[in-house]
Amino acid sequence: MGKGNKATEEQLVYAKILDFGMKAGLLLITVTFIVYLTGALAPHIPVNDLPKYWAMPVKDYLHATGIHPGWAWLGMLGKGDILNFLGIALLAGVTIICYIPIIPIFLKKKDKVYAVIAAIEILVLTLAASGVLKSGGH
Amino acid sequence: MSNRLLKAAAFAVVVLMVLFAAVTVFASGGGEATAPQSVVPESSLPWWAWPAILFVVCFVMGIVAVLGGVGGGVLFVPIVGGFFPFHLDFVRGAGLLVALSGALAAGPGLLKKGMADLRLALPVALIASACAIVGAMIGLALPTNVVQISLGATILGIVAIMLMAKKSEYPEVPKADALSSALQIHGIYHEASSGQDVAWKIHRTPQGLATFVLIGVMAGMFGLGAGWANVPVLNLMMGAPLKVSVATSKFLLSITDTSAAWIYVNNGAVLPMMVVPSIIGIMLGSIVGVRILAKTKPAAVRYIVIVMLLFAGSRALLKGLKIWN
Repeated sequence: MGKGNKATEEQLVYAKILDFGMKAGLLLITVTFIVYLTGALAPHIPVNDLPKYWAMPVKDYLHATGIHPGWAWLGMLGKGDILNFLGIALLAGVTIICYIPIIPIFLKKKDKVYAVIAAIEILVLTLAASGVLKSGGH
Repeated sequence: MSNRLLKAAAFAVVVLMVLFAAVTVFASGGGEATAPQSVVPESSLPWWAWPAILFVVCFVMGIVAVLGGVGGGVLFVPIVGGFFPFHLDFVRGAGLLVALSGALAAGPGLLKKGMADLRLALPVALIASACAIVGAMIGLALPTNVVQISLGATILGIVAIMLMAKKSEYPEVPKADALSSALQIHGIYHEASSGQDVAWKIHRTPQGLATFVLIGVMAGMFGLGAGWANVPVLNLMMGAPLKVSVATSKFLLSITDTSAAWIYVNNGAVLPMMVVPSIIGIMLGSIVGVRILAKTKPAAVRYIVIVMLLFAGSRALLKGLKIWN
């Protein structure tokens, strides 16, 4: 690192959490995928049937497989394929966690504008993650 | 160290290939959802062949993307969407997670080194991520052929940008605009090659932020990632130094793609059997690509990427128009 490239306190805090979350997420998807491939846990969708479903539009796929969108997968973690959503959710969720500790740092620096930007970003990402926003399908 | 990494990557590839082969035994096992067929009607390949091919293609894509200086997502969606049997809904969901994983992996290093700038990224990310949600919802609601046609047109547009857009190492910014001054978006960039510290500031911030509305929508709609658009806007329009633009763009994707990825996850458009081989394949390929890049940078690779995108973009366009199914 050159003397000019000084990462700020909030930047380092963000990076530290991101680094941990990213590594944990990648490890988790790898482990859960191996569980899925070995058949240690029976999948919700038999692997032999996957080609029939992966060619369908998502709306038809959900209807045909009886999978409910949103966070319903949390109740199906005993299935080998659904278990993979743990790692996927961690990868998709780590950014939200990264934002939380930087708000107090901005406030400590009396940088209210960036504290508000970070807070709104958390709301936006949480809204996206909440499952409230449903697409009309096609 | 590099040899160790290459060996680890090669080992991981072999292990995954063996696992894919091993599942042929497990393939006869049951599950809850029932269906009579075990292969795609048009394909004589067994079910496991497609994820295995996807893994290998993503591994190669990871190498090519690094050498060609593009994100994995921009190659993934048109190529997998055009030449694999997966529905475009799942391809876009996987594409977003591929782009997201790459950005998450690069983010910590870029932030720690001070290459990616948080003050520049946060306001842009807020706009892009909110608009990516809208884009993802539009993309999932539109008829598939409309998305295919739009995707094809977008990919061909990206090819045009790659061919025509110039880059500026240190764009001239005579005066910071009022908004960037108020937000204190500026920094000092240390150029390792010359050993000099370069102070930078940006201008045309309102125009830049407005452009990220469109970039966010397109990122969510097509699942492409958006580095191809982020960099020219940050660098040429807003005047951030090229390396700061590239690093901030990569970090930015980790936020933009998070919001869009959740929409695809929550609407069911994510299949683990597609997503995980894609992410692991492209990340292992990137590791190998970076090692190759450290030794050589074949200029021809960029043109190979352009030709690949031209072909895949034309395929998406013609598929959408039902000319080439």
